[in-house]
Amino acid sequence: MKVSLVVNGAPREVEGGPLRRLLDVLREDLALTGTKEGCGEGECGACTVLIDGEPVNSCLVPLAQAAGREVRTVEALASGELLTDLQEALVRCGGTQCGICTPGIAVCATAALAREPGADRLRLRELLAGNLCRCTGYQLVIDAVAEVVARRADATDAGAAPPLPARTAPTAPGQAGPGVGSRGAAP
Amino acid sequence: MIGLGERVGASPPRVDGAAKVTGAARYVDDLQPPGCLVGRTVRSRVAHGVLRALERDPGFDWSDVTFVTAADVPGRNVVTLIEDDQPVLVPVGGTIRHHDEAVALVAAPTKEKAEAARAAVRLVVDPLPAIFTLDDALRAEVKLHGQDNVFKRFEVTRGDDVERALAACDVVVEGVYETGAQEQMYIEPQGMLAAWEGDTCHVTGSLQCPYYVHKALKVTLGLPAERVVITQAVTGGGFGGKEEYPSMIGAHAALLARAAGRPVKVVYERDEDVAATTKRHPSRVRHRLGLAKDGRMLAADVDVLFDGGAYATLTQVVLSRGVLHAAGPYRIPTVRIVGRALATNHPPHGAFRGFGAPQTTFAYERQTAKAARALGMDPVALRRLNLYRDGDVTATGQTLRGSVAAHPTLDRVVAQLEQPPPAGRRTLPQAPHVKRGRGVATYFHGSGFTGSGEERLKGQATVAVAADGVLEVRAGSTDMGQGATTTFAQIAATALDVHVSQVRVAQPSTDKVPDSGPTVASRTCMIVGGLVDQAARAVRSKLEAFAAEVGLAADDPARGDLPALARRWAAARGELAETHTYRPPAGIRWDDQTYRGDAYPVFGWAACAVDVAVDTDTWEVVVERCVHAVDVGKAINPTIVQGQIDGGTVQALGWALWESVQYREGKVLNDRMTNCIIPTAIEAPELETLLVEEPYAHGPFGAKGVGEIPMDGPGAAVASAVEDALGVAMDELPLLPEVVHRRVRAGRAGGAA
Repeated sequence: MKVSLVVNGAPREVEGGPLRRLLDVLREDLALTGTKEGCGEGECGACTVLIDGEPVNSCLVPLAQAAGREVRTVEALASGELLTDLQEALVRCGGTQCGICTPGIAVCATAALAREPGADRLRLRELLAGNLCRCTGYQLVIDAVAEVVARRADATDAGAAPPLPARTAPTAPGQAGPGVGSRGAAP
Repeated sequence: MIGLGERVGASPPRVDGAAKVTGAARYVDDLQPPGCLVGRTVRSRVAHGVLRALERDPGFDWSDVTFVTAADVPGRNVVTLIEDDQPVLVPVGGTIRHHDEAVALVAAPTKEKAEAARAAVRLVVDPLPAIFTLDDALRAEVKLHGQDNVFKRFEVTRGDDVERALAACDVVVEGVYETGAQEQMYIEPQGMLAAWEGDTCHVTGSLQCPYYVHKALKVTLGLPAERVVITQAVTGGGFGGKEEYPSMIGAHAALLARAAGRPVKVVYERDEDVAATTKRHPSRVRHRLGLAKDGRMLAADVDVLFDGGAYATLTQVVLSRGVLHAAGPYRIPTVRIVGRALATNHPPHGAFRGFGAPQTTFAYERQTAKAARALGMDPVALRRLNLYRDGDVTATGQTLRGSVAAHPTLDRVVAQLEQPPPAGRRTLPQAPHVKRGRGVATYFHGSGFTGSGEERLKGQATVAVAADGVLEVRAGSTDMGQGATTTFAQIAATALDVHVSQVRVAQPSTDKVPDSGPTVASRTCMIVGGLVDQAARAVRSKLEAFAAEVGLAADDPARGDLPALARRWAAARGELAETHTYRPPAGIRWDDQTYRGDAYPVFGWAACAVDVAVDTDTWEVVVERCVHAVDVGKAINPTIVQGQIDGGTVQALGWALWESVQYREGKVLNDRMTNCIIPTAIEAPELETLLVEEPYAHGPFGAKGVGEIPMDGPGAAVASAVEDALGVAMDELPLLPEVVHRRVRAGRAGGAA
């Protein structure tokens, strides 16, 4: 069957059985290999993408369920070479090591920050508990996300616009997402 | 000139960071050459038996399936490592030695077809009696290796007769300590991609040691060195698990690609990876420690048993490290350590961060805690009385010469415990059913290969002006997430006095980088980083001499512009490559026969304190505080070093509390992430990681190893904390709620207290 969906702002039509995993569609058909597979059973979170702004494990999403939805992957967080404040913090604070879990963490934390902009460290740990990382012990990941929470709060307090809001807020249903990053773009 | 924020000692962001946070980094499963087939492995599913036949379902459509067996191996059917005992594929007529051995391979255009083809192969096996326990292995009624099932035995002795020395002690503490198999659980499963170009085999994949795979594939494929090219793809974690097993998968992919005439990718499913690849050795250590009334340690007798699994693989080296650390960082005049690794019908156990030391550290640090209790001494005071100082002599007779930080690390932990705990930590409520306790551990870890290993290895690294005029580091050491690329770039940039961004670190490939030795053993920064430093300084001298030769005046600022000089050199003279080979510092002596001498060039030192809360309704253990001080000599990049310690600490807490691969009749029962669990961000405590820098004269800028030591000690600290909370001995890991409950019940019934 043919299924229509919006991926990173662009309308897409893909082929496949209704039970085909969204993860495989993204990686194989759309060459969006930034979304990773770690376990194939919704445990590790490496395949996290946003569907209508909600973080989901794309290995557990059958294609039929993604029909007509707005899917956003890690490739659509940065704008070309310009990283989001969260991505920049993850790199600078040491929140990425081997990097295989990082796309899932970046996507999930993007949604978490939008939903709970005032989350404290313990709450951030809960929000990211669905993303397993074997390298960092989570400390520097939480440091990075908590730093973004603080910086955005400072920016808001100072009356300034939060840094890069358009790129870090999850895409609302029906709204075109930001452009695809310069690498990993769909063919 | 290099900025202050990039020099050794500063923490510039990792060079691969942007690619990783944007999803641009390409791991092996992200590589998809045209026409690439999906490879799958047919496994034995019997723990011990003789393979009589391989039958293919005649009703299945095999037309687009490539099928490979041992008969298709052009070279020798072994995974070459230390002993050539493990086959790449079990041949018909050969012996199956564990439940997940590879017996045949299939490749097909799609995953679905490859899965179906795997299921359409039937094995005919005559089962044999098998061994699944250390006791059965020792009994040797079934013989898997020689007459006694002992893969390897090591003995270290120091001082008098140990029995006589123990008999003269005021107090003797005795215990038996058991630990389980632990899965590395890198989030990226293992995988390799093979493609032949004419008669040359190219293999790219997730791996730690390109030259191990190279060595193995030459033998399996029967090819000369230059016709096998191994390249590391971006690798999603290793922790030892990708030290040796990639040779197996690489051979499988290469055989399939050879038979199919097309590229083949073999990427493991998670369950396959957990079940078939190597895990940390399960262990049983019997330890007797004798002390004087005043707390001085006088004698230690240690018996170490490791379950090696079905093949020799790296087991003897793991055992060696376990044995060499088994007396702990304590002055003990009389020591006997006997270690044996036994053959069983479990899948081979192998390398995992710490490499044998965590198991023996668990034993000696539990012993130290019990000794303090037996003597009525403060556990910190007991350690301060016995911890090594500079000039002390170890169990192998090694005189410690400099860079001894046993006391400074413990002092840092004690001082930190006087500070309030970090905000935002997870705690259990203050309630009568919640019991609390504290555990401390002090330990050490040898940096680099054991004994004469580094001398034999002769690791090399190159710094070059590449043909395109870029300054380039070429090393066979891989970055699997630990930050080797950034560390090398920083060392080279500091030595060359250029920006980190002006140094390129070559992706490891056996046709482009020298053999730096494996990326293991806490050796990459200290040994290979040192070679990078030396080679970079040599390149700098040559370029500065070149500047004079081409007539740049001494005060011309262009003389200090090394990147510009490099471009000019490349244009005029082509490539400039300076390769340095490791030479151990003078005065290091080791005897492999007697196991006496300088076991390691230098040691790292660490201390850890853990506060736990135990819910006596559910027996859940929560780590409320974890203070960990680690001596790294010099932190080349403190953020990266902290990341190493943090990650190792949480792996150690996982091993202590949750992580255990369960076998039944040699089959892994919990082969998935849902039941073979690792800590999430919730279980991981707020870490208080402290860096101690006691420089090593022969390391780059003073640096020593850091990768493994954080794995060694927290397990014992956790067990001692739970014991402190509940008053019952905790002598096994992991301390799952059911284990804690069983031990408390046994303790109440009059067992150990």
